Amino acid sequence: MLPWSRARVLISRPIRTLGDKVVGLNFRTGLVRGLVAILPMAMARVALAANGVDPATPSIFSPASTPADSIYHLSLFVLAICLTIFLVVFGLMVYALAKFRRRPGDDGREPAQIYGSNQVELAWTVIPVLIVVVLFLATARVIHAVEDARFPPGTTEITAIGHQFWWEFQYPQQGFVSANELHVPVSDPRNPNPTHITLLSADTDHSFWVPKLAGKTDLIPNRTNSMWIDPHETGVYLGQCAQYCGTQHAKMLLRVIVESREDFDRWAAGQQRPVQNVDAAARGRAVFEATACVNCHTVAGTSATGKFGPDLTHLMSRETIAAGAALNNRENLRLWVKDPDSIKPGSLMPAMQLDEKDLDAVTDYLQSLR
Amino acid sequence: MSNAESVLKPMTVSPARAKARPLFDQVHEWIVTVDHKKLGLMYFGYGVLFLVIGGLEAAVMRIQLAIPHNHFVSPQTFNQLFTMHGTTMIFFSIMPIVFGFANYLVPLMIGARDMAFPRLNAWGFWMSALGGIILYFSVIGGNGLYGAGGAPDVGWFAYAPLTARAFSPGHSTDYWTIGLLVSGFGSIATALNIMTTILCMRCPGMTLNRMPLLLWLNLVMAGLVLVAVSPLTAAQIMLLIDRYLGGHFFDTQAGGSAVIWMHFFWIFGHPEVYILVLPAFAIISEVVPVFSRKPIFGYSAMVAATLAIGFISLGVWAHHLFTIGMTSYANAFFVASTAAIAVPTGIKIFNWVGTMWGGKIIFKVPMLFCIACLCQLLIAGLTGIMLSAAPFDWQLGNSYFVVAHFHYMIVGVIVFAVFAGTYYWYPKVTGRMMNETLGKWHFWLFLIGFHLTFDFMHIPGVLGMPRRIYTYEPGRGWENWNLIVSIGVIFQLAGILCWVVNSVWSFYRGKPAGNDPWDAWTLEWSTPSPPPEYNFAKIPVVRSRRPLWDLKHPEDPDWKYE
Repeated sequence: MLPWSRARVLISRPIRTLGDKVVGLNFRTGLVRGLVAILPMAMARVALAANGVDPATPSIFSPASTPADSIYHLSLFVLAICLTIFLVVFGLMVYALAKFRRRPGDDGREPAQIYGSNQVELAWTVIPVLIVVVLFLATARVIHAVEDARFPPGTTEITAIGHQFWWEFQYPQQGFVSANELHVPVSDPRNPNPTHITLLSADTDHSFWVPKLAGKTDLIPNRTNSMWIDPHETGVYLGQCAQYCGTQHAKMLLRVIVESREDFDRWAAGQQRPVQNVDAAARGRAVFEATACVNCHTVAGTSATGKFGPDLTHLMSRETIAAGAALNNRENLRLWVKDPDSIKPGSLMPAMQLDEKDLDAVTDYLQSLR
Repeated sequence: MSNAESVLKPMTVSPARAKARPLFDQVHEWIVTVDHKKLGLMYFGYGVLFLVIGGLEAAVMRIQLAIPHNHFVSPQTFNQLFTMHGTTMIFFSIMPIVFGFANYLVPLMIGARDMAFPRLNAWGFWMSALGGIILYFSVIGGNGLYGAGGAPDVGWFAYAPLTARAFSPGHSTDYWTIGLLVSGFGSIATALNIMTTILCMRCPGMTLNRMPLLLWLNLVMAGLVLVAVSPLTAAQIMLLIDRYLGGHFFDTQAGGSAVIWMHFFWIFGHPEVYILVLPAFAIISEVVPVFSRKPIFGYSAMVAATLAIGFISLGVWAHHLFTIGMTSYANAFFVASTAAIAVPTGIKIFNWVGTMWGGKIIFKVPMLFCIACLCQLLIAGLTGIMLSAAPFDWQLGNSYFVVAHFHYMIVGVIVFAVFAGTYYWYPKVTGRMMNETLGKWHFWLFLIGFHLTFDFMHIPGVLGMPRRIYTYEPGRGWENWNLIVSIGVIFQLAGILCWVVNSVWSFYRGKPAGNDPWDAWTLEWSTPSPPPEYNFAKIPVVRSRRPLWDLKHPEDPDWKYE
């Protein structure tokens, strides 16, 4: 295990550390540097030209957190090596094909029959071995830095539990439960305040992947995994489940909302508040509590204590419903309760066959859960 | 002529009359045959049939993914499609095709009259065929989720606990399990047969050191089948025990382990990649020398690299599991082993280039496919090296980048090599040449389609698109790439159509080939085209790796130098 301070140094300057000191490969040589710059730039350019400038794109090449950043730098290094190999070998192939093609007016005699050369074989064995060693060392450093990092006091602890097909987020330090939209405080790189996420699964395998923040880690039943992020900028980061988990794997979307410390604390305080009973929604609450809704959903302070579906206590504090499949507005909420399959076919939420009046009442009630 | 004389005289049947035998007799002959050539062709035809089925499944998925929020198929159907596509292509298309090549070519190239165990050979084929039939019978017989048809929808690696009865009610998963179990028995039998044949049936003079590389590669391939398919078979039996006998191996709700299934599956699954790709290397290793007019460069290094690939490939499986939260030490080990396999693979590429170097390269269709194969192997290998870096895999594992990477290997290398092989050996099998012009159309259409689809498929992965999603959100920068990927499919299908038309047309109208149309050097070209049932009237005796070169160049034979 690395002490946190040392891990930070490694993490924040992975490639320079790797390139100049540890591995002894001069990263600043013009060729490698040029190659490093060309490929991602070309890829980014093509991506931007085709799609417009879109900060929502969850690209692995725009990292906003230390683990993603370390991976980004490692991948540039690996890409540079691979691109160099490609250019050399592809160049040799093209040269051979052009130079040694049978030309028109060939005399029909067989070329010199060459069986091989031990020196050449040795050369093209030893050089790749050296490249592999370099790659391994560079990779092992990043693995160590990301996986074996230690955490400073004040680290935010969250437990993420994968369900078919939504995310449960428990905040054990603050004592509340949320779903699908993960709120975390921003982390100042000079005084890091990372978030450590424990990953569990309630049913099948899932995988937590928000490309701008970190690589993915699977949520596996009967196994405790973990990952960490320390986002450097506030904002919304998109991701989704990356391990096939059943029918609606595609719409098990994930949003990470990174907020300033004050905003995060304000949000957390709101989540800790008990639910406010609104008179206008009393009928809706009665319908809700008299229906099977309560078997799967929890609304703190009511008879609804189900654990199978998302906690609804502060439903209206979320931007989306159905694990990101639809925006959280009245129209979508009503449709979701009436006919979940119309938004997310194959989701495990059943249609409760409520009549129009009850539907309106339940929607009123859900909209009162702030 | 007396009566007695006419009875003793051997009966002669004219070819026209032989052809006119009733259809039933002809079909019967193919069904009961134990001839390695007929079985090889049956393996091949069976594989091509499933190649087309699996390809159409992929085409439907690409229509669905061409635009975001598309409603061409339901999520249930999409999940069944990718499960069936993967399972079909790996187990019932590419594997039968490579076994077909091995069956047809191994005895001919070692100068033998048949495989070591002809009946076991037939048994292996029919078991494999039965496996495919069982899998596809699920469409009728399996009672799938939500009543949306019955094909399995657990993904081709069927991670636990999705396969548990709680998550896969009905019988579609059982058809998947039993289909693979049965075809696995067939594969093991065929692998044993190939190994025994190569080790025990070589003609006089053909030492191991004088075998054409195709035989070395198939020997290692068969060895890998034996070692790698067995754990899969074991895991399938354990899964059946879980589902029907109250076992808890993978049943996480009763304390079983999802991770154990992953290890079982990938300790099969990764060597499987090499099981499929070594026969592709085998084809390249035969075609490139003949069309460069030079012997293979660095034969011993090629053999050593083959053995190294076979050995290392058994120790890399957990690079499929970089995201399951293994310790940093375990991750580092599998980074090292995975990157190490690039070395022997690189040696192979260099030696093929070395073979072309200084030759007189003839750009006929088989060679065109091999050249494309080499370039694509280079790229697939390099993206493989990228993915071997575990942190890179934390980002791109299970994304479209990985999907693009392994399709580069399976389509760009294996399928291209299969095409090269069919153009190369078609004259031997049928006695007629395939049409060169149509072949070039096939090559260019398929090449364009392949690159449109699989080059651009890398990009949505980099932009965060996971695999196995039936639809995706607009506004994430994925739309245009997915549209291009889908358009490429049209070109690929057109290419395949050219290939099928060419095969059928050439069968009736192709130029007669003669015994040795490519001026090649291995033993199969010394037999008539098509070879008679007994292959060789007289068992050949060889003195070098290129017996036909020795015959054609008595003034400068190979055996003087080896």
